[in-house]
Amino acid sequence: MVKLPIYMDNHATTPMDPRVLDAMMPFFTNQFGNAASRNHKFGWEAEEAVEEGRKQVAALIGADPREIVFTSGATESDNLAVKGAAWMYREKGDHIITCVTEHKAILDTCKHLEKEGFRITFLPVDGKGMVDLDDLCKAITAKTILVSIMTANNEVGVIQEIKQIGQIARERGVLFHTDAVQAAGKIPFNVNEMNVDLASLSAHKIYGPKGAGALYVRRRNPRVLLTPIIDGGGHERGMRSGTLNVTGIVGFGKAAQIAREELPRESAEMLRLREKLRTTLERELDEVYINGDLDKRLPGNLNMSFAYVEGESLLMGINDIAVSSGSACTSASLEPSYVLKALGVGEDLAHTSIRFGIGRFNTEEEVDYVANRVIDVVRRLRELSPLYEMAKEGIDLKSVHWATEA
Amino acid sequence: MAYSDKVIDHYNNPRNVGALPKEDPTVGTGLVGAPECGDVMKLQIKVNQETEIIEDAKFKTFGCGSAIASSSLATEWVKGKTLAEALEIKNTDIVKELSLPPVKIHCSVLAEDAIKAAIGDWKKKHDDNGK
Repeated sequence: MVKLPIYMDNHATTPMDPRVLDAMMPFFTNQFGNAASRNHKFGWEAEEAVEEGRKQVAALIGADPREIVFTSGATESDNLAVKGAAWMYREKGDHIITCVTEHKAILDTCKHLEKEGFRITFLPVDGKGMVDLDDLCKAITAKTILVSIMTANNEVGVIQEIKQIGQIARERGVLFHTDAVQAAGKIPFNVNEMNVDLASLSAHKIYGPKGAGALYVRRRNPRVLLTPIIDGGGHERGMRSGTLNVTGIVGFGKAAQIAREELPRESAEMLRLREKLRTTLERELDEVYINGDLDKRLPGNLNMSFAYVEGESLLMGINDIAVSSGSACTSASLEPSYVLKALGVGEDLAHTSIRFGIGRFNTEEEVDYVANRVIDVVRRLRELSPLYEMAKEGIDLKSVHWATEA
Repeated sequence: MAYSDKVIDHYNNPRNVGALPKEDPTVGTGLVGAPECGDVMKLQIKVNQETEIIEDAKFKTFGCGSAIASSSLATEWVKGKTLAEALEIKNTDIVKELSLPPVKIHCSVLAEDAIKAAIGDWKKKHDDNGK
């Protein structure tokens, strides 16, 4: 028997790996020093632990440890990368390019800069969720200072052509930032091979603790400078002041080390489980649709719409499974995901989408349970659905005149 | 979101799910709501021509748990009632019975609308037959 509830929402956060917790424990208790204390053993131990974490995080992305700036998490990293570059290079230009399916930490930061007078281009994506490289080339002007495109999307798991985007940016003398939160540790990600100048990372997406993140900041070819968004003691090469979260960094480092060592085996296993879930659902249910490109996708991600079934009732039926819905039901209004909207997914299908995020600790038994449960509930709700009945009778639902006020 | 026990019961064991023949002169069909709004209810009644008593009722609903429960409850309530009695059912009665929160009141309104639409459809058929 599987243990319920099942956690299958690993894009939101991941459970901490017990090996990570073991590494962190001493720094909660005896080794509590401040890494900035230069005069005693407590400080030296803390600093040593931070530097070890820095090496481990750098190794995950093929960076030099001196290029890692620790932050409170990826939202801060995104803010520091975009605002920091915008403010530092304002005299060079006032134009930033990003994309409509970015995380809110990027979109809202860009909107903030827009109010300060920066010009932002939000590139569209195609029906598969991909940015068009020609669109990017055309959008770059002499005033462009930064391109920020995420490596892998948090909702649909789509992986962008990061290497080519980085190459285009470099050829045009524009800095390239990528939010690699969902990608690092899940797929091969190397800042040098991919021509990345700035990259945001998060510990809790790779089985580490919450409250720890990092920004990769390139030191050579080109050397990237950032205006800090937090001022203070000048920690982290002056780019991010504030006492270092030693425990979090130790955990982040350990999580990065495990992710790097286990990536080939783990990503193959995630893909195997994801494909089992996908093929089972597709075999047993008609009119299910995959949102986003299937091939250029994180191995553990499946985002699927179930036509003629209302999202909230679907989630109610699978309430012993923790997954995420593409429709955020706030008060009485249904607000479908902006990512799915950007992909051109209709409101009706966006409302019925489920994001499955398979992670390190999911088992094949859990995947089987989830598949069976979803199949049962979708079938039952379709038996209940007048729309499914009408569609089966050959009625085009788009042609029906719906009386919204009876 | 927390659902009341009664909503959960109707969601897990919906009463009177199904369809009655739309063309049957003794059947009235109400279809209300719209897919973009996230709720569509189809409620059907089978009416005794002589007594105007609703002898059977069936529903199908696309919508959240509260919408399913509201329409399921509506079919239970209209069965055995005369058309005049069924028209007395108010959405507030449904809200009370199912303990619906304010954000789900529209589900009960839709269920009341569905009852009225089904009765209206039956009456239309009846009047047409009388001509």
